[in-house]
Amino acid sequence: MSSPVVEVRNLSKRFGGFTAVDGISFEIGRGEILGLLGPNGAGKTTTFQMMLGLVTPTSGSIRMFDLDLQSNRETILQQVNFSSTYISLPFSLTVEENLRVVARLYGMSDIATRVDDMVQKMEMGEWRHKLTRKLSSGQMTRLTLAKALLTEPKVLFLDEPTASLDPDIAHKIRAILLEERQATGLSILYTSHNMREMEEMSDRIIFLQRGKIVAEGTAKDIVARFGQADLEDVFLKLARE
Amino acid sequence: MAYHRIAALVIRHLYLYRRSLPRVMEIIYWPFLDLVVWGFITVYLATFQGQMPAVVTFLLGALILWDVLFRSQQGITISFLEEIWARNLMNLFASPLTPSEFLAATMVMSLFKVTAVSVVMSLCAWLFYGYNVFIIGLWLMPFIANLVLTGWIIGVFTTSLIMRFGQEAEVLAWSMVFLFQPISCVFYPMDVLPAWLKGVAAVNPAAHVFEGMRGLLATHTAPLTNLGLASGLNLLYLGAVVLWFHHTFNVCKERGSLVRVGE
Ligand SMILES: Nc1ncnc2c1ncn2[C@@H]1O[C@H](COP(=O)(O)OP(=O)(O)O)[C@@H](O)[C@H]1O
Ligand SMILES: [Mg+2]
Repeated sequence: MSSPVVEVRNLSKRFGGFTAVDGISFEIGRGEILGLLGPNGAGKTTTFQMMLGLVTPTSGSIRMFDLDLQSNRETILQQVNFSSTYISLPFSLTVEENLRVVARLYGMSDIATRVDDMVQKMEMGEWRHKLTRKLSSGQMTRLTLAKALLTEPKVLFLDEPTASLDPDIAHKIRAILLEERQATGLSILYTSHNMREMEEMSDRIIFLQRGKIVAEGTAKDIVARFGQADLEDVFLKLARE
Repeated sequence: MAYHRIAALVIRHLYLYRRSLPRVMEIIYWPFLDLVVWGFITVYLATFQGQMPAVVTFLLGALILWDVLFRSQQGITISFLEEIWARNLMNLFASPLTPSEFLAATMVMSLFKVTAVSVVMSLCAWLFYGYNVFIIGLWLMPFIANLVLTGWIIGVFTTSLIMRFGQEAEVLAWSMVFLFQPISCVFYPMDVLPAWLKGVAAVNPAAHVFEGMRGLLATHTAPLTNLGLASGLNLLYLGAVVLWFHHTFNVCKERGSLVRVGE
């Protein structure tokens, strides 16, 4: 077996006296989709931000591509990208300008072709010259996903990527992500409050509560272990404990 | 330092300026207005030529040079604020971009603004008042270079404060530089300051630039000492504030506040 693409060991983050992430460990293999499930405040976003080098861990280690994030930030982040319903791109630039800037930031070649391809893949053609300010929230989400895929990452962090999308577009996005994984071996760590999506997308699921991992396995495993009908019931049971 | 990442940020700002009237006004209209007001004051004062020799050359020259410092500072601080307003810090710092590359890009933007403002102001001074800023001669270049550096120092300092203290500190982007104006001796010689303030002005690189400019215009002495002092102090302070910026950046990552600045 090849070594995992992402390796997290005993990762913790304390903000003052409050522990947001409490000694979690997990791995993500090449081409694997790992779902991070948990109620609001469980520590999912903090975990993402530590993995993107935006928040310094209190203790523990994050390794990607067999390199330590602390000492290899540039090399690692070059091969990683992220998206979330909660982020946006500069409002005063057009959709296309934003994509071009991102492509330059990551030192991509053939920028014009790449941007064209991405615009087509994400069906953004009708609004590629629109100011980003004028996008609907669903369009913005598609744009931030496009910027994440544009840089051809090996690992993708998606924090509630489909939260504001209509079912049709959400379905297309999931199809694109699965296709990308098939074609390039993309690994994905991802959160969602949509349990059906979690079950459909994730190879494995980690359930996070108050910063700790309280359950881990395939959706089927977890449902069976907790003796519930489906993942949603497991969520409700765990979240209400 | 990766050149392509600095270029990406500069292009991002150029896209922004290309279609924003308020931002273009900031580098053309306001400096122009400044100059017109001060120009009239100078013309008025010039009617007392007997009592106040060379006041024309001093005031307009000083004004243009002060604006160089001011715009240089703004180039840094506003470029950072633009990223906060656009909620773009997370996109930038989750990319391979380093804090040093970020600073370098704001410095390029600063040079860009200073050049635009200097051209606008010099041209207007010449057109409206027949004032030729180049009477200061070739010394103008080292003077300007030093004022740009002082602007960077105040700019990086202010940026660190905004990063650390968030939205409430935003107003510093416009006000901080005016804390330095009285001790920069822009429009009057260092000698008029009370003794204790003179001591403060003596460690302000900008004060030595303006002192040098007056010396040059009044007595045609080469401002070597002034320039030496200004450059030495500038390099010392610039090194210090850049270190402090990096430190603040790390503190913010520690507290998890980097991606929350401006929220
Ligand atoms: N910078 C911060 N300072 C203090 N507390 C924080 C900070 N960031 C997150 N937290 C707290 O950490 C906990 C986990 O938050 P988060 O990771 O956003 O959870 P989730 O994404 O699972 O909803 C929350 O209680 C939140 O208030
Ligand atoms: Mg969250």
